[in-house]
Amino acid sequence: MTTKMNGARILVESLKKENVGAIFGYPGGQALPLFDALYHSDLKFYLVRHEQGAAHAADGYARATGKPGVCIATSGPGATNLVTGIATAYMDSIPMVAITGQVKTFMIGNDAFQEADIIGITRPITKHNYLVKDVKDLARTVKEAFHIASTGRPGPVLIDLPSDVQLAETEFHYPEKVSVRGYKPTYCGHPGQIKRAVKMVSESKRPVIYAGGGVILSGAAKELKEFAEKINSPVTMTLLGLGSFPGNHELSLGMLGMHGTGYANHAVQNCDLLIAIGARFDDRVTGKIDEFAPHAKVIHIDIDPSAISKSVAVDVPIVGDVKCVLEEFLKIVHRPHDKEWTEKILEWKQKHPLNYKMDDRLRPQYVIQQICEATKGEAIIATDVGQHQMWTAQWYNFMRPRELLSSGGLGTMGYGFPAGIGAKVGKPGSEVFVISGDGSIQMNIQELATAVVNKIDIKIAILNNSYLGMVRQWQELFYGKRYSHTKLENPDFVKIAEAYGAVGIRISKKEEVRPAIEKAMRTKNTVVMDFIVEPEENVYPMVPAGKRLDDMIGSMA
Amino acid sequence: MRQTISVLVENHPGVLARISGLFSARGFNIDSLAVGETEDPSVSRMTIVAEGDERTLEQIKKQLNKLIDVITVTDLTKTKFIDRELILIKVGIRAQNDRTKIIEIAETMKANVADLGLHTITIEAVGETSHIDDLIELLRQFGIKEIVRTGKIAMETESREKPKTIKEEEE
Repeated sequence: MTTKMNGARILVESLKKENVGAIFGYPGGQALPLFDALYHSDLKFYLVRHEQGAAHAADGYARATGKPGVCIATSGPGATNLVTGIATAYMDSIPMVAITGQVKTFMIGNDAFQEADIIGITRPITKHNYLVKDVKDLARTVKEAFHIASTGRPGPVLIDLPSDVQLAETEFHYPEKVSVRGYKPTYCGHPGQIKRAVKMVSESKRPVIYAGGGVILSGAAKELKEFAEKINSPVTMTLLGLGSFPGNHELSLGMLGMHGTGYANHAVQNCDLLIAIGARFDDRVTGKIDEFAPHAKVIHIDIDPSAISKSVAVDVPIVGDVKCVLEEFLKIVHRPHDKEWTEKILEWKQKHPLNYKMDDRLRPQYVIQQICEATKGEAIIATDVGQHQMWTAQWYNFMRPRELLSSGGLGTMGYGFPAGIGAKVGKPGSEVFVISGDGSIQMNIQELATAVVNKIDIKIAILNNSYLGMVRQWQELFYGKRYSHTKLENPDFVKIAEAYGAVGIRISKKEEVRPAIEKAMRTKNTVVMDFIVEPEENVYPMVPAGKRLDDMIGSMA
Repeated sequence: MRQTISVLVENHPGVLARISGLFSARGFNIDSLAVGETEDPSVSRMTIVAEGDERTLEQIKKQLNKLIDVITVTDLTKTKFIDRELILIKVGIRAQNDRTKIIEIAETMKANVADLGLHTITIEAVGETSHIDDLIELLRQFGIKEIVRTGKIAMETESREKPKTIKEEEE
């Protein structure tokens, strides 16, 4: 039996059918019916303090749990405030469903109060988007949106819902199945291509696996480990790939690219076979593209055909889901355990480890190492963007997937804290740390209210160097130390924390670091740790923009 | 390299914006684009002529195929196809015998007079792009006032060889 209900209610019932565990959002005029329906529902709703926070929290929820994140905002400014968060999720292929209120259908295009063409605005930063003009289409649209967001190469989908459609009534049927004729992702790799790739693997002398976020999205960490061990190949990871392979494994090379390890970059430049798995040859990874992995044949496994041969020519492309393809590989792949290459790599790892100056000053890398030790490397770490992000990638030993949340593609400052909130909501049993900078944290610091009010006890470590550190580093190295507008005069972060009802701790000496982290972990509240670190510490190694990957400052020449 | 791509898309508002937005956002060049409903009213066909090196053209096809509203992408350049374009050319009459000369050229080129005025003649022609280009060249001497072209529409000819969709190509 079906009953008539209005669009707002249909949306809420549809979200329940999708088992949505949490919604992050902010109300407003054209979303009033929707919020009225939420009032009566038992869906978990988290009121943020800025819509950007809602989008990032939904993203963080999705990255930590693997389930699509959901955020809601009103029309106009509410919707446009989601844009940065949607673009962030789009660049990193994160499943998300964003719902926006819209002015009444007959007002659309009239420059109505709080009207914005959010469909037009988000067209290039969503996997797909919908303007629902007829309430009869609503349930099917929600079903399609979740399907599209979470399958194939995942991504954000936006549903724009005019307020008169929220109020219009119809019978509610939630469809069992989705059929979108223009959307049929390929999951299983082509058997012929897989055979060709396996032959290449067995003939290679110096293979390197280059694993990206696709491994994590596909849930293929176990298969990757088996594969790497079976063919005895070292594994390097992109920023988003960290955690797809255990950081302490002897075959792990850590991260590659602009701030990758010396041994990872050298391994790539010297390998004869590069196996790219769920990675997209981003310019921060490849350095000078014409001289990237110059001696290597390339196998590329990716679910998105358009990711293949986009920037690097590929010898064997395999379109398919990473997990599915690796399972096929594992059935037939074999490579003789040639020790020469792995021994060489081990030698590089021992001779040229990551390093920083060991003295009694409070250096940011040390803080991250201490967080890693105190949490036994088992916390979920959300970062913002800048030096602290790269130090986190280098010095926190990620062991498992879905434990690093970071804006890789878009590089969004202000991402980390709300993403951490989303992660803690999705994984309440996990310790969640936000590692941020004094610049980044101020971009969404208002979410301290969200965290405190909802008792989301996450720990925020601000690596405070009173600079926009990464930009300052570039100015130091490439702009003659002209620190144009990168020096920050900061507020008192401890007092800010306290004003919001959180706990603030200031740390300015090396010996205070570990006790402060431990105190934060014992505290049942949101804690802000303000680490006053060496102001002009740089991130090394570094491949200057446009240089070859093994042309690094601060590592093995 | 120039390529003619036939794209079947959902026939609903906003789809054209998705396609044109894709081209502008990714820096692809469209030579021409023609859209119209097909035998199935829920589906439109777009004929897109695009220019670029091989990698760019490959990307265009893949990126088009990625759009949810795109049903199939067929690279007609890889098969046998016919293409047509409609053009209207308004030509000025400067001398007494221009009119006769223009009509003569039109007849020879299998084009029609669409409008005859005191100071201008408008010629309409349908044909392959090369044929249309020849006609324009022949009429240029009289002083062309205005040209309107529809852009190319194209259709594969009876299957001597079936063109592959992008998905099949990858396999």
